[in-house]
Amino acid sequence: MQAYIDQLIQNGYFAGVPKEVVYAAAMVLAAFIVLSVFVAPLAGVTSWLERRVWARMQSRVGPNRVGPQGILQWLADGIKNLLKEDLIPSAADAKLFSLAPYVVFMGFLCTFVVIPFGSSLIVADLNIGILYILAVTSLVVVGILMAGWSSNNKWSLLGGMRSAAQIVSYEIPAGLSILTIVFLAGTMSMQGIIKSQGWAPWDWFLFNNPFTFAAFFLYFTAALAEGNRTPFDIPEAESELVAGYVTEYSGMRFLFFFFAEWGNLYVIGAVATTLFLGGWQVPPITSDPILLGVLEFVVFFLKAYLWVFIAMWVRATLPRVRVDQLMALCWKYMVPLSFLCLLGTVCWMLVFPKGNQIFSVAMFVLGLLIVAYFFKRVLFQIRHARPELYFKPHI
Amino acid sequence: MNETAPVESQGFYTEDMTISVGPQHPSTHGVLRFVVKTDGEVISEAIPDVGYLHRSIEKIGEKVTWHGYVPYTDRADYLAAMFANQVFCMAAEKLAGTEVTRRGEFCRAIACELNRIASHLISVGTFGQDIGAMTPFVHALRERETINNLMEEICGARLTYNYIRIGGVGYDILPETCTRISEFLDHFEPIVDEFNRLLSNNKIFIERLAGVAVVSKEDALSYNLVGPNLRGCGIKWDIRRDIPYSVYPELEFEVPVGTGRVGTLGDSYDRYWVRICELQESCKILRQCLKMLPKGPAIAKVARKFKPPVGECYARVEAPRGDMGFYVVSDGSEYPYRVRIRTGSFTAMSIIDKLSKGIMVADLIALIGSLDVDAPEIDR
Repeated sequence: MQAYIDQLIQNGYFAGVPKEVVYAAAMVLAAFIVLSVFVAPLAGVTSWLERRVWARMQSRVGPNRVGPQGILQWLADGIKNLLKEDLIPSAADAKLFSLAPYVVFMGFLCTFVVIPFGSSLIVADLNIGILYILAVTSLVVVGILMAGWSSNNKWSLLGGMRSAAQIVSYEIPAGLSILTIVFLAGTMSMQGIIKSQGWAPWDWFLFNNPFTFAAFFLYFTAALAEGNRTPFDIPEAESELVAGYVTEYSGMRFLFFFFAEWGNLYVIGAVATTLFLGGWQVPPITSDPILLGVLEFVVFFLKAYLWVFIAMWVRATLPRVRVDQLMALCWKYMVPLSFLCLLGTVCWMLVFPKGNQIFSVAMFVLGLLIVAYFFKRVLFQIRHARPELYFKPHI
Repeated sequence: MNETAPVESQGFYTEDMTISVGPQHPSTHGVLRFVVKTDGEVISEAIPDVGYLHRSIEKIGEKVTWHGYVPYTDRADYLAAMFANQVFCMAAEKLAGTEVTRRGEFCRAIACELNRIASHLISVGTFGQDIGAMTPFVHALRERETINNLMEEICGARLTYNYIRIGGVGYDILPETCTRISEFLDHFEPIVDEFNRLLSNNKIFIERLAGVAVVSKEDALSYNLVGPNLRGCGIKWDIRRDIPYSVYPELEFEVPVGTGRVGTLGDSYDRYWVRICELQESCKILRQCLKMLPKGPAIAKVARKFKPPVGECYARVEAPRGDMGFYVVSDGSEYPYRVRIRTGSFTAMSIIDKLSKGIMVADLIALIGSLDVDAPEIDR
C-alpha cells in the first residue's frame, strides 16, 4: 500500500501536504474501510450465521425475520444494543470497566493489518506478520482480565482468571505450530508464506509432511481455545459462571466482546488458511488483474470461512471441558506434540530440502480419505436421524 | 480458633472466596441457592439454601376439599405432575377404601410413564446443557414437546395435568390416542440411541463425569437418596417393583442400576446413565400397557362430597425423582386434616454439602445436575 501512496505523491496529488500527514490519513482511511466494509459486516453476519447454523442443528428455525432469511438480524441487534442504557455497576472500577471492551476489540481488530485478502489486497505486508498477529491477539487477554477484575463480581473474576490462564497456555502450542510453517517458508510475512505455497492442494504446507498435517490440527484446536470457543469456552461458561467476565456488561459494551469473538473466528480461519491451506493462491487461468484479485479474494474468503463454519459445528456438538482438563490437555499433550511437530519438520527439511512431491500427493489423498470417512459418518447420522413427528392436537 | 483465619505471621495468606450460587443462576434449575466457599476453583464447602420456592402446598391441602386438592398437587413437581396426582389419589383411596377401575389403573400407568419419559428428558437434556452441550438439550425438548402434545390429547393440559382423580382418571384414553402413543414410541426408541451417540458416549462428556462426586452405597442409604440417584449407586430399589402398586406387578420391566459404566460405581455418569436406561424401560412399560389396556369405565363412582373415615395413611410411588409419598390425615370431614409431602429432591439436597468438598466449581454444577434436583419439588 505504501508503494501506491508513494506513487500518488510523486504524481503530485497531494502537493504541499507533508508526507507524514498523507501516510497518517491513508492509514486512518484504510482502518476505516477495513472496519466498516469488512470487519463489522463480517462479525455481524457471522453472528447471524452461527445462530442459523445452530438452529438447524438443533431442529429450530433461528432468526429469520429481519431481511431475507434474517441476514440483517445483526443490524437490528446492534441498533438495539446501541440504544440501551450504558450501565456501569456502582461497585465497579468505572475506568477499567469502560476501557476493557475496547482493549479486547483492539486486540482483535489490529490483526486485520496483516491479514491478506488477495495478492495485492493487504493493509501492510509486515515482514514479521505472523509474529505481529501473535503479539496483538495477546491484548485480548489483558482486556478480558480487566473486565473480570473491574466488574467487582466474583463470577467475572473467576472468568477473567480462567481466561488468562487459558489464553496464555494455549499460545504456546499455537505459536509452536506456527513456527513449523515459519521454518518451512523461511519468512514470517503473511504474503511471503502464501507465496511459498502453490494453488494445488499438494503444494500446501498442510500436506507438506505428516508433522505439518498434525500441526494444523494442533493450531486449530489451540486457536479455538484462544478464541474462547466451545469446547474451551470456560471463561464465559454460562452454566457455571453465569456469563464469566461479561456478567456485568450490557448494551454496546457487551456487544463489543462478542463482536471480537465472532470476528476472531474469521481471524482463526484466515491465519489457518494463510499458513496451511495455500492462502489466496489460484490456478493460473487469467491474467486480468481485477478478475484475478476477485478470484483470489473469493478463494481466500471461502477457505477461511470453512473453518468458521467448522468452529460453529464444533460448538453445536461438543460439551465443555473442565478447567483442569483444559490445562492438562494443553501442557501434557498439545505442547509436547507441537514440539514434536516442530522437530519433525526440521528433520524432514534436512532429509528433503526441496520437499517431496510424491509424498505430498499421498498425504493429500490421505486427507481426502479422512474427509470421505468423516462424511460417511455424517451421512450415517443423517440416515439414522428420525423424521419429525408432528402431532396435532385433535381439538 | 478458626481454621481459615489468616496466618499473618507468614506475611502472605489467602482467604476463601464466598460465592452465592443462585437464587438466580442458570444451572440451579429453578430458584435454588448454594453458599459456596472456594479456594480459587476448588470448593471447600457448598451449603444448600432452600425455601425460595415455597408455596405452602401442604397448608393449602387443609383448606380445600379432597377432590379440590388434586390440581394443587400438580404444582408439587411441575415436571412430573402426574405422579403427585397419583400418589395423593392413592392415599385418599386407601383411606376411603375406594377401588380404582382396572382401565383407570392402566390409564394411570400410561400417563405416568409418558410423564416419566418427559421428566427424564428434561433431566438429561438440562444435564447436557450444564456440561456445556447445547444441542442435546434442544433435541430432548423436541421429543418432550411431542409428549406434551400427547398429554394434551389425553387430558387437555400440557404441564399441570390434573388428570388422575380419586377413583380413576378424569378422561378415558381414546383409541386414536393409543395409536399415536405407539407411533411416538416407534419414533422415540431410536432417538435414545441417537442421543447416546450425540451425548452419552461423547469423550468430553464422559471425562467430565466419570469418577466425579461418587456416592457410596452406605452414604446413599444414610442420606436417604431415592430413585435414580439411589439406583445409580448400584442399589436395586424401585417402588414399582419392591412395594408394588397399581398395575406394575403385572408388567415386565427391568430396574436399571449403576454399574460404573465409565468410571467408579455411583459417580455422576452412573446417575445419568440410569435415567437414560429408564427412558427405554418406560417405553417397554408403555407398550405393554397399550397392549393390555382393558375395556370398562375409567373412573369408579366416587361421592362428590368425598369424606374418608377418620384415620391416616401414607402412600408412595416411584416418581422420576424417586420415592414420592403423601401422608394424609382425615378427621372425617370434607377437608384433609393434614397433608405432608415427601419428595426425592429434598433429601438429595442434603448430600450435596458432603459431596462438594474438594471438587471444582464446574463439578458442583455437574453434581446438581446429576442429582436432578428440582426446585419446586424441594420446597413445595
